[in-house]
Amino acid sequence: MKILKKEILADIAGTKVVKLEVSSPDIAKKAQPGQFIALMVSDKGERIPLTIVDADKVSGTITLILQEAGLTTRLLGKMSPGDSLYALVGPLGHATEIKKYGKVVLVGGGVGIAEIYPVAKALKAAGNHVTTILGARTKDLLILEKELKAVSDELLIATDDGSCGRKGFTTDILDETLNKGVCALVYSVGPIPMMRRSAAVTSNYKVKTIVSLNAVMVDATGMCGCCRVTVGGKTLFSCVDGPEFDAHQIDWDEFVKRNRIYEDKEKHVCNLNKL
Amino acid sequence: MQPKQAVGPMKKEPVKVREQDALKRAASFDEVVLGYNEEEALREAVRCTQCKNPACIAGCPVGIDIKKFIKEMTEKDYKGAYFTIREKNDFPSICGRVCPAEYQCRKTCVFTKKGAPYASEQAINIHFLERFVGDYGMKNDLQIPSTKNPRLSKYKVAVVGSGPAGVCCAGELARQGIKVVVFEALHKPGGVLRYGIPPFRLPRDIMDFELDYLKKLGVEIVTNYIVGKAKGLDELFKEGFSAVFLGLGAGVPSFLGIKGENLCNVYSANEFLTRVNLMSAYKFPEYHTPVNIGKAVVVIGGGNTAMDAARAALRIQKMNAMASNTTIMYRRTEVEMPARRLEIEHAKEEGVKFRLLVQPGEFIGDENGFVKKLRCLECKLGEPDSSGRRRPVAISGSDFEVDCDMAVIAVGLAANQVLTRVTPQLKTDKYSDVIVDQNTMETSVDSVYAGGDIVGGEGTVIEAMGMAKKAAAAIIERLLRQ
Repeated sequence: MKILKKEILADIAGTKVVKLEVSSPDIAKKAQPGQFIALMVSDKGERIPLTIVDADKVSGTITLILQEAGLTTRLLGKMSPGDSLYALVGPLGHATEIKKYGKVVLVGGGVGIAEIYPVAKALKAAGNHVTTILGARTKDLLILEKELKAVSDELLIATDDGSCGRKGFTTDILDETLNKGVCALVYSVGPIPMMRRSAAVTSNYKVKTIVSLNAVMVDATGMCGCCRVTVGGKTLFSCVDGPEFDAHQIDWDEFVKRNRIYEDKEKHVCNLNKL
Repeated sequence: MQPKQAVGPMKKEPVKVREQDALKRAASFDEVVLGYNEEEALREAVRCTQCKNPACIAGCPVGIDIKKFIKEMTEKDYKGAYFTIREKNDFPSICGRVCPAEYQCRKTCVFTKKGAPYASEQAINIHFLERFVGDYGMKNDLQIPSTKNPRLSKYKVAVVGSGPAGVCCAGELARQGIKVVVFEALHKPGGVLRYGIPPFRLPRDIMDFELDYLKKLGVEIVTNYIVGKAKGLDELFKEGFSAVFLGLGAGVPSFLGIKGENLCNVYSANEFLTRVNLMSAYKFPEYHTPVNIGKAVVVIGGGNTAMDAARAALRIQKMNAMASNTTIMYRRTEVEMPARRLEIEHAKEEGVKFRLLVQPGEFIGDENGFVKKLRCLECKLGEPDSSGRRRPVAISGSDFEVDCDMAVIAVGLAANQVLTRVTPQLKTDKYSDVIVDQNTMETSVDSVYAGGDIVGGEGTVIEAMGMAKKAAAAIIERLLRQ
């Protein structure tokens, strides 16, 4: 649970993205693309889920990437190599189904790019033609561009301000890409509006679309139901039934609202801690 | 109070247990029941008539020699009483606090009227006596001497889950000299005792003491570890464990399946209680896990979990200077409630409201997706169902709405399936509970045993311990045979 390495991937205008390498040999040995861990920064901390971005079986480390948003991610951002997490458990959730689909398109927005990286790597290794579409507010917030380029056949970028790649949204590029030719799978992870728009775009093309949901969790092992989400009319738990679901089956309205349950308390605790 | 009447040879009234003042305690998470002091315990102990054929023992799931320990108490041999209980029960201080004695030993006590649904008030307060003795043992650090068997010291057994079943099994094995490693998924051991039962019923220092005792026995407790995720059963055997005990628990919350159930602030009891008990959300923001609290909280269910949730919610309302407004909603009447009678009484004393013979129909939310109202139906009692309790029948046309800006659903729990899902050779029944040989508690997988709520569904702490003991005995016997 010791933090071995820390790297600031982006730090502009109040947005900070941090990469941590944490020692956890047993999790590193088992982790598969799409899975996540739950962690606590201190004995008074909350439990939050984070995607396992990379796992090195040899060194026994896992890589986590987070954007400072709430109290826990901000506290995590303040931790240094040598510090230990209070709790770390995993690997949790189902792994991504990796097989040869043919042509796949991956869409990553913001810190969601971290989540698509292990999946892109695995899909490429499984012999797929990988098109990756990355999106960020601005160039300096774009993470893992080099890494993803290495595992993609095609890499396309959109930024809100046009400072890198196309000015606009990832979903515009997604629409054009699907318009150009057949695609077997779209895998999209990022802010909820982006995932939701991805689903709307791909439904026009009837392409299977998977998203990885960042639901609010407590135990993250199926015991509390905080992360419940309606998929195809059925209530499922993101932690044990997901975190990946068919984007066309998700009740997005409900998910958006459930993700804001603690918004007020989160602001309050951040203000109190002057973070 | 029941009328003063001579029931058999007993004349004295039961000794009432001391409790914190209801108004004061409802604004804190401090323990409610203060217990007997020595004088009170003795007065209660001498009420026991020492029946020739004591039925209370048969009422105890682990068969504590109740008659004997009470006799020892009357002789002020508390140490003897402690060891008598410990012969069958590793954690008297815990069981003395959480056992539903009125459905077990006290129900079969000679002073309970025949055919009563639960113990009469006149029945000996066996649980309070057990608690007194357990606390005496704890204060005086009385420990069962371990009977280490040199033939067993080379063996290593893994225990999955650190709830009542797991810790009990671990203790039994460790006392024989077996090296035990307990794997716990959460960051703190204790299982349901920790995440489910609030501190006002089971103070954390009591639980920690009992867990520390395990560590003293040499048991290693590995937290933050999910067997089935970080390691499979087969890997445990490859690493040299000779047997595995599964105390996985029933931790998966059941929902009602009604409209609006996924609205914000509709909690499962497990989520609400885990936030409050395990994560200390009632101390937010000092502790970082938040929990929302409503102005009109409705808790649905009639079991201990419902009582715990309602009493916790009421406390948080009070601690936040809100008017206390927490209601338990139950489809049947109070008699059919499966909760401990004491918890029902305590909830009422503290100001929890009870709305009986009512069935929830639909949660209604506001534009932000937060629950605002609950539409319900009145019920009446029909014919008895498979549980023997009279079935609630909704009265059509009786719909009404109540204010409800937070709801807690406490209608039962199902098996934890994280391990069984990835271990197909582990046979389970239609409830996803693990199937075992009733004599040995061995599962369909060789050398893998199970006990507690993962076998046969939700039960009590003491029942879980009973199964764990049986499994431990079978494991020991097997290892001695090897």
